[in-house]
Amino acid sequence: MYSYNDFDEAFVRARVAQFSQQVARRIDGSLTEDEFKPLRLMNGLYLQLHAYMLRVAIPYGTLNSRQMRQLAHIGRTWDKGYGHFTTRQNIQFNWPVLSDVPAILSALADVEMHAIQTSGNCVRNVTADHFAGAAADEIEDPRPYAELLRQWSTDHPEFQFLPRKFKIAITGSPNDRAVTKAHDIGLRMVRNGRGEPGFEVLVGGGLGRTPMIGQIVREFLPVADLLPYVEAILSVYNMLGRRDNKYKARIKITLHETGRDEIRRLVEERFAEIRPEFHGHDQALLDDIRAAFAPPAFRNAPVDAHTAAQVAPAYRAWADTNLTRHRNDQYAIVTVSLKAHGDTPGDATSDQMDVLADLARRFGHDELRISHEQNVILPHVHKSDLPEVYAALKAAGLATANVGLISDIIACPGMDYCALATARSIPVAQDIATRFDDLKLEHDIGPLKIKISGCINACGHHHVGHIGILGLDRAGVENYQITLGGDGTETAVIGERAGPGFAYDEIVPAIERLVLAYLDQREGPEETFLAAYRRLGLAPFKAALYPAEGAQDAA
Amino acid sequence: MSRKFSPKVVTANDLLVGDVVYFTAADQWTRNHTEAELIEDEAHAQIRLLDASAQRNVIVGAYLADARAGDHGPEPVHFREVFRTRGPSNYAMGKQVGERPGPRS
Ligand code: HEM
Ligand code: SF4
Repeated sequence: MYSYNDFDEAFVRARVAQFSQQVARRIDGSLTEDEFKPLRLMNGLYLQLHAYMLRVAIPYGTLNSRQMRQLAHIGRTWDKGYGHFTTRQNIQFNWPVLSDVPAILSALADVEMHAIQTSGNCVRNVTADHFAGAAADEIEDPRPYAELLRQWSTDHPEFQFLPRKFKIAITGSPNDRAVTKAHDIGLRMVRNGRGEPGFEVLVGGGLGRTPMIGQIVREFLPVADLLPYVEAILSVYNMLGRRDNKYKARIKITLHETGRDEIRRLVEERFAEIRPEFHGHDQALLDDIRAAFAPPAFRNAPVDAHTAAQVAPAYRAWADTNLTRHRNDQYAIVTVSLKAHGDTPGDATSDQMDVLADLARRFGHDELRISHEQNVILPHVHKSDLPEVYAALKAAGLATANVGLISDIIACPGMDYCALATARSIPVAQDIATRFDDLKLEHDIGPLKIKISGCINACGHHHVGHIGILGLDRAGVENYQITLGGDGTETAVIGERAGPGFAYDEIVPAIERLVLAYLDQREGPEETFLAAYRRLGLAPFKAALYPAEGAQDAA
Repeated sequence: MSRKFSPKVVTANDLLVGDVVYFTAADQWTRNHTEAELIEDEAHAQIRLLDASAQRNVIVGAYLADARAGDHGPEPVHFREVFRTRGPSNYAMGKQVGERPGPRS
């Protein structure tokens, strides 16, 4: 795993020292809120509905056990004993007190973590495939590139005041688990005709109020050209991006208004200009970084314990849903669900974080990942250790066998925490999960992604949910709009609005009708919800959602 | 005829802790919505908002929120403000259990 060099260390420590003084000056009155707000946001400190919130970056979603343990410690010492993992591979602490924040940042710095650039119009935490370095389908581990981008973008003088926030996602696999097509820049590793690895570069994806799928601006970018090319995109955006209108400021709008061909031309022109200025220093750095991401020393041992354990149905069910094929046959990737039925998606208590840290250290080559789907991953577990890992997870309430199923819901904090929310999202997620658990239909339904946002900003990725739910305020009451057919993978699509929204107490029954309609109409269990939707279109689902109207039409 | 003014309270977040607070008739901040000053007049509301905002080392982000008279004092009207009087719905945390932000003591 990558370790800070002296420069990183000094930079983060200096920032903590600066911010400590800024907090002190705010508290003693020498800074006004107008002066302080941009400073606190630069350090990931928001003010939400009921309290401050500190957003901490987990670069490309990778953590070691010491870091996870420290997050547990922070939750316990300065918050209410838990943390919330988000779709952007961050963790948010919901209850810090202003005067404690410097101590929290200092505790983070002790384990090479920080909250820098988790807010503001800069390059945000670079996100990556959570199975990176372990996935069987991977061309290359994308994390060294993500780390290179992190170092380059952190405090980059030219890119601290972009027209708007800027999000980069990267994957090393053809199966896109990083939602690269819904990011400002999406990097998908591909091979060229000669078998060399490089990137397909997508620009202009994004969710929020004008959701768009990214467009390819370069079919194949040699890995050595990554930094100058990304820099070229950013500098074109920095020039053209609209600063006059916040809602038109993202690069997706720039691309839309300028046209892909013109953007491509400008980027290539700028790239040709700056490419010669990169003399290979970045490549030397990349080599060092690569060494830090060398695969762990995989063990060679029999895997009988795992095979034997499968006679127990609960273990078997968990293995079916929560394990993914590892590149090493003796190993498995374990996804730990933070979606126990009825619990808050993405939340882990400090005690659970400690258990996860401990499992990573004992059985996982000291690695953990946070997925954009708000789960935790142990990327390298030898199969012989799986029964023990399962038992420990079960004891900690972390063995829910639902990854990829209807209760594995992404939900943003919504109006339970977020100051921008127009409705709640967490209780809707809790109620859907509980309802389908009661119906005992979850495993029959099979793969189905429900994603919920509490406002148009779409932090919960609802546009790319097979079923998306958007919470709105309609004349002073919570109202939920459904979108269908969204997809966040390599075949990304923005979902289609199904029709008028539903009141808070109607939304769960509406989802139930929808899912029952799918079960009714599917060709067989192997036809997923998304596949059925693609075959059948909106009509039968609409009829299930709005039965009264159907009856009226018939009358 | 101009539209009838709907009564307001001044609300904000406490600077140090982040807690939701309400402005009283005595220029104090309370955590209890029912103790807030219910403002029935538009011009007065603007003045009270200025008074409240002047306490910039005590609170953050003061604004006027709709309220109405209830049996025990002013009550919130909009669901967002109802949530702000209590805390989140997923955990028994915040004011609904008499807690402030920060670690549990
Ligand atoms: C204090 C809480 C939060 C605030 C103020 C906030 C603010 C925003 C805003 C304003 C946007 C829209 C940006 C645009 O359209 O230009 C946005 C998008 C987004 N946020 Fe958040 N957010 C918050 C929490 C979260 C959380 C908890 C997550 C992860 C669960 C998250 C992940 C995202 C994602 C994935 C998007 C959409 C992707 C895109 O930018 O196009 N945010 N957020
Ligand atoms: S989608 Fe809206 S409600 Fe949800 S976290 Fe983002 S800004 Fe808040």
